[in-house]
Amino acid sequence: MQTSTSFSHKFLRIALAALFWLAVWQALAWWVGLNLLLPGPLLVGQTLVDLLGTAGFRMAAFNSLLGILLGFLAGVGAGSLLAWLTWASPLLDALFSPLLRLIRTAPVASFIILALLWLTSRTVPMVIAGLMVAPILWSSTKAALEEADQSLLEMAKAYRFSRWTTFRLIYLPQLLPHWTAAAATAMGLAWKSGIAAEVIALPRDAIGTNLYRARLLLNTEELFAWTVLVICLSFLLEQFFIRLMARLGRRYTI
Amino acid sequence: MITFDHVTLTYAGKHVLDDFTYSIPTDRITCLHGPSGCGKTTLLRLIASLVRPTSGTIHGLPIKPALLFQEDRLIPHLSAEDNIKAVLPAERAHESMDWLRKVGLADDAHLRPRELSGGMRRRIALARTLAYRGDFLLLDEPFTGLDADRVEQMAALIRETGTPALVVTHSKHEIALLGGTLLPLSGPPLTIL
Repeated sequence: MQTSTSFSHKFLRIALAALFWLAVWQALAWWVGLNLLLPGPLLVGQTLVDLLGTAGFRMAAFNSLLGILLGFLAGVGAGSLLAWLTWASPLLDALFSPLLRLIRTAPVASFIILALLWLTSRTVPMVIAGLMVAPILWSSTKAALEEADQSLLEMAKAYRFSRWTTFRLIYLPQLLPHWTAAAATAMGLAWKSGIAAEVIALPRDAIGTNLYRARLLLNTEELFAWTVLVICLSFLLEQFFIRLMARLGRRYTI
Repeated sequence: MITFDHVTLTYAGKHVLDDFTYSIPTDRITCLHGPSGCGKTTLLRLIASLVRPTSGTIHGLPIKPALLFQEDRLIPHLSAEDNIKAVLPAERAHESMDWLRKVGLADDAHLRPRELSGGMRRRIALARTLAYRGDFLLLDEPFTGLDADRVEQMAALIRETGTPALVVTHSKHEIALLGGTLLPLSGPPLTIL
């Protein structure tokens, strides 16, 4: 009862905040009075509904979702693996850590332009998303490995746990919360960088390509509609991922 | 016999053991008794091969030592039963409940360490050590947080295993309960009195 009440309170708070900002947006749109500069939420909503019915929209959403998701998963895998390797080997740490720090700080646009020289326009967003995700997962996973409970590790050594048992019983429960938080943050970044890569690389039937076309044709309401779609897809994917990890991690909660 | 042959161990610039030579019998329960910080725990850690001597050698180390740490070191997300199972091979996993029964915690098998009192956690840690079936027990203050009755029960349980042991204790009463030989110590560096 308590939980359902607090849930409905939270939902009401979010709904009221959303309504407030939609009202501000609409008021601003009325004040500007020019759809080219700032279309209102009603017009953007209508455009989004119109777009949803088109085959091109579904194809673009599917292609972008697939590319960014694959890039995200590859980045998560590579980042986690590199974290293990650089944590376990000082030599690999000396080799890879500067590279990963460089990737983390260099401007994403530079990578996109470079990738365009080497890759097809379809694969650029995927690779860029992966490149942006990997350093986040790397630093967070490595930090969690370094902070693993030494007293429990010593206990595992005393009782001669196998490597797999030590990982499963000691490292994994301590890694999961860090890893989930990093992956959720990286998911947002994968969308941002992936769409930015699409806007520059212009692959066929992709959200970024449609964003670019909308800007070119000064179709601002469509630009807003595509942006709303990206936000919704990113949010839904992030929520799905967080819930999935929460379910997997439930048995490791202390 | 576990023989320390001119063993020196330096930790953080301090000689915990300095040219220490002594043989510890492995056919009985030996109780280490001495002031805090004299090097008792270090002696146990050396025998468990968790630390290596800075110089000197140790002969006759046990093949499978079972170490009860000074702290409980239970895995926090595992139940009491699973903490014991964690040190058992799959074919002996069923023994975990027997051990919980022996330490009087069968009804709390499903509880996690944070849901148990300090004394209950200590008994689970002890059950885990005994369930491991080592060939030599290394028990660092095994009765911390237990009331007098429980100390007697747990001491009897240790004796019943018939496994030789090296036990760190501050209590002469506990030494008597364990039927152990007293080894008075001082230090650092560790010295047999």
